[in-house]
Amino acid sequence: MLRATDLACARGGVPVLEGVSFSLAPGEALILRGPNGVGKTTLLRTLAGLQPPIAGSVDFAEGTGAYASHADGIKAALTVTENLAFWARIHDRPVPEAVFGAFDLSDLRDRLAGTLSAGQKRRLGLARLEVIGRAVLFLDEPTVSLDAFSVKMFARWMREVHLGQGGCAVIATHIDLGLDAPDLNLSPFVAAPDAGGGADEAFL
Amino acid sequence: MIALLRRDLALALRAGGGFGLGLAFFLIVVLLVPFGVGPDRTILQPIAPGILWVAALLAALLSLDRIFALDHEDGSLTLLATAPVPMEGVAVMKALAHWITTGLPLTLVAPLLGFFLNMAPAAYPWLLLSLALGTPALSMIGTFGAALTVGLRRGGLLLSLLVLPLYIPTLLFGAEAVRRGAEATGAQAPLMLLAAVTLGTFAALPFATATVLRINLR
Repeated sequence: MLRATDLACARGGVPVLEGVSFSLAPGEALILRGPNGVGKTTLLRTLAGLQPPIAGSVDFAEGTGAYASHADGIKAALTVTENLAFWARIHDRPVPEAVFGAFDLSDLRDRLAGTLSAGQKRRLGLARLEVIGRAVLFLDEPTVSLDAFSVKMFARWMREVHLGQGGCAVIATHIDLGLDAPDLNLSPFVAAPDAGGGADEAFL
Repeated sequence: MIALLRRDLALALRAGGGFGLGLAFFLIVVLLVPFGVGPDRTILQPIAPGILWVAALLAALLSLDRIFALDHEDGSLTLLATAPVPMEGVAVMKALAHWITTGLPLTLVAPLLGFFLNMAPAAYPWLLLSLALGTPALSMIGTFGAALTVGLRRGGLLLSLLVLPLYIPTLLFGAEAVRRGAEATGAQAPLMLLAAVTLGTFAALPFATATVLRINLR
């Protein structure tokens, strides 16, 4: 479903990671581990197609991937429902009623997103993932600012709804989500300091 | 993509959206001119088309940096890049939303301001027409400039420097059309050229904007 082959990626013209290979079948998840700055975000952005790899390839069916990071794309001046409805319309899907329950947003539907707490905003951002219905998710620290209960709620959604319906996910996180998923420690893949190819061809 | 336009319009109309900022700026600049140059109608009348066009241009410039900056800050732009909408479409919708919130109100209020500048009566329809034809180009060129400066802190000044020279053809043909309309010496030629500039920008710049956005999102 998702296959990365001998992937190398760069951040700001500096090669960060090289030789990353893995493949995921439907219903599988992969947890990216590694200290700060090792290149988890860069790898996720490369996988999602937001930046080109400097070597190797990423394969998954076009139009099935979605990227999510700490910036949730939430508009403070729109309500919770309006925020979700916007992303649903962009992806040409309805807003499932169950999503409000699954992410504990039922009481917040008509609140302006700007008045939500950081954790509530995060839950709204995660609810967006359910709404857009993409099968291949690239999640960068999805549980930042969530309380223990919400982390469990997210892990259950990931396990039962997303993976259970045949999706797959690559998740960068520092905590234990309680998912039955293998870890990929990125430290061995750090690019050699003299590795070339990081410069952006657009500026040469 | 219509969803994007509707969201941007809703955001512009809500608190902090900045709707009306350009319009208020336009009003004030134009109303300041008679104070500056004096109420003599023989001076005001010939410069009215130029003043109105320059003021409209600066007013449109005022809200350009908001086009992509807010979406970049909250991550929407990255999410849109992986959504099933073409970036070219995003660029057009952003330009359209900017035009509806600035260009269109400017066009509609300009005849009223022409009155304060003693503009020749024959010039009013031409002013309306030339602004209606020309302001979409201001929004599209501005969207391209906003995409170029999207990741930069305080990119507003750079944006003005990049965009203002590109506004010259629109300003030239727009103001000329109104002037010729007032003198009844054939405003068709500058109006057609003005329309050509607008169509040209909409034909080419969505693709340029999308490319620049993709590079800036890396």
